[in-house]
Amino acid sequence: MSTTTTRTEETTEPVRPSGGTSDRARAEQRLGWLLAGPAFVVMLLVTAYPILQAAYYSLFDYRLTDPDKRSFVGLNNYLVILTDSVWWTSFGVTVFITVVTVAVELVLGFALALVMIKALKAIRPVLRAVILIPYAVITVVAAFAWQYAFSLDSGFVNSWFDWLPGVSADTDWFGGTFSSLFVICLAEIWKTTPFISLLLLAGLAQVPEVLQEAAKVDGASWWQRMSRVTIPNMKAAIMVAVLFRTLDAFRVFDSVFVMTAGANSTETVSFLAYRQTISRLEIGLGSAVSVMLFVSVVLICVLFIKGFKVDLSAQRGEN
Amino acid sequence: MRRPRRRSRALAAGVVAAAMVGLAGCGAGPTGPPTLNWYINPDDGGQAEIAARCTAASGGAYQIEVSTLPNDAAEQRQQLVRRLAANDSSIDIMSIDPPYIPEFAEAGFLAPIPEDVARRSTAGVVNSAIEGSTWRGRLVTVPFWANTQLFWYRKSMIAGSGLDPTRPVTWDQLVAAAQRKGSQLAAQGDRGESLTVWLNALIESGGGKIVTNPSPDDPKAVGLGLDSPAARKSAEIMKAVSGVAGPGFSTADEEVNANAYQDGSAMFTVLWPSSLWGKVKSAVEEGSAPASLLADTGWGEYPRTDAARPSAPPYGGINLGVGRFSPNPDLAYRATECITSPANQAYYFVANGNPAVKESVYSDPEVLKEFPMAPVIRQSLDQAAPRPQTAYYAEISESLQRNYHPTAAIDPSTVGPATAALIRAVLAKEKLL
Repeated sequence: MSTTTTRTEETTEPVRPSGGTSDRARAEQRLGWLLAGPAFVVMLLVTAYPILQAAYYSLFDYRLTDPDKRSFVGLNNYLVILTDSVWWTSFGVTVFITVVTVAVELVLGFALALVMIKALKAIRPVLRAVILIPYAVITVVAAFAWQYAFSLDSGFVNSWFDWLPGVSADTDWFGGTFSSLFVICLAEIWKTTPFISLLLLAGLAQVPEVLQEAAKVDGASWWQRMSRVTIPNMKAAIMVAVLFRTLDAFRVFDSVFVMTAGANSTETVSFLAYRQTISRLEIGLGSAVSVMLFVSVVLICVLFIKGFKVDLSAQRGEN
Repeated sequence: MRRPRRRSRALAAGVVAAAMVGLAGCGAGPTGPPTLNWYINPDDGGQAEIAARCTAASGGAYQIEVSTLPNDAAEQRQQLVRRLAANDSSIDIMSIDPPYIPEFAEAGFLAPIPEDVARRSTAGVVNSAIEGSTWRGRLVTVPFWANTQLFWYRKSMIAGSGLDPTRPVTWDQLVAAAQRKGSQLAAQGDRGESLTVWLNALIESGGGKIVTNPSPDDPKAVGLGLDSPAARKSAEIMKAVSGVAGPGFSTADEEVNANAYQDGSAMFTVLWPSSLWGKVKSAVEEGSAPASLLADTGWGEYPRTDAARPSAPPYGGINLGVGRFSPNPDLAYRATECITSPANQAYYFVANGNPAVKESVYSDPEVLKEFPMAPVIRQSLDQAAPRPQTAYYAEISESLQRNYHPTAAIDPSTVGPATAALIRAVLAKEKLL
């Protein structure tokens, strides 16, 4: 990646006239638009259109089985949502799942990335494949597997771990809020740690080996090299990994749907949107919840990019 | 370089040819008899077999093809509603869970039933099935099969419990007997439709009603009976049962109940015949349960809420609706008459354990041989009460589930009025669900 950067700089810098864009740069820009254009149009069709439609529907009182009675209610649906304790409970549960899973995944993912980069060349491909397997499993399938493992009648967890304090043959994991959230978080962590470790592996590979060697020559310990050389040099990669995973975690739906169906106050914001739109058939109210979810995700992005100064272009090796 | 190019040309030609065949398939008119699509709930193959039998019996007038809906009744409803809201003309016949019928009828998703079909398909049919097929005083679906729950007990475990199962039992007696024997009473405490089924049966058995006035034209004016003495007694029963229902009660569904009964951890349960008797019989045939379990299984009328009042057991099953956008509604109604013929109902009862709606089927020797409790099922179906009949059933059911789950945590004196307030706010679209 760093070689590409150097080459671009070398080729474009000398021909650029002062204060203007060269013909070549303009041609490259045009080519860039031509290459990205079709994908951009497709994205507009499949993403922007439904988002705009949801924002439009969210201003109506609209029931799917009664389209004739559709009426404009302005921002009333948002008022209903923001004054309802159910929204705030779901929001709290979603934030809890997001914070817990992302924090644990970051630590575990970093450890796995270190294992992958340090592993012997011979076993590296096998190791990477093994670590990636959970990520290849469909979320719904993974959620069912974890539910069966922890369920009272068919699960093995209670009999394997009954030596742990608080676990017995009669422990009903899905009978309480925190025990349910524990299993949901565990399933999420198992499933998506490989994703975060892969992003961190890319960051680790970018840290120049010469810096490590120089630190070694200076007598730096393993911990000093990690905290002073490795982590500062891959800060951009870490932040991008955390951002992507946070956006993903905030939309958690499958595990909750399969494991608890929202029982015991385990409803997340996505689940709330599902319940209003699909189950209750209230397209207006459900769209408003979806728009709120979208706004939350946008706010997370803004917080990361502006607040933590995450530079997405740094991840591409442009800076 | 030549070979790959030739291969890719061949591939492209293949794709074009396949597309032409596909287009030709779309454009060509029907070559055989008209096809009727029947959207079915998953079963043990009975509906597919009935479809094949009726196709053969029609003498070329139509052919029925089945499409399977999701497992869960609520998800079956979601899929059908979404399709019908988009005017899906591929739905000719659909197997509908009774509580959702008013919603389908109110939304105009069902083709009107011809008078003669309505007359023939309700003749000699159990009361609850006719009630469950009716909306605003008119028959809107064809009764197909009707389910009800019975009280099941292990004969060997009941000795010394102080209970006489040959007489009607009450929930209070069952809780006391389970406590005395240190055993379990398996019921559906899971947050799902089965919790509403249970609560409705408890309240109806106590002489109350969840919805006293469905107010179809103005959902905000819905009348609710959740603060009645019967509703309060029902909440007390639910709470008491959670003390003797085993450790995983808040996640226990029908399957968990049947397993608890089968492995002997529960001495009593309330379940649909196919979920218990059908399951026990298959387990014995497979060798996973001792043969003695069949002889050890006793059954009786659904437990009473009030000792002085006969119980109103749960009513379930499936009724057949004809899609409003079907191009062949008359043929589809003809097909429903074949599907619900006494012979097919008897076959479905014996083969898949789903009880018939026609009373005559209950004297069929084969039915009696496979389901010796058939007379009790028939009596139970006559007493059974449907769940609240309203076009807003999904909202009401989910509001009930939100407040009555987990049953161990409910406060019987406040849960009813609190739920009534929630339902009113949800129907007025002032609260999320």
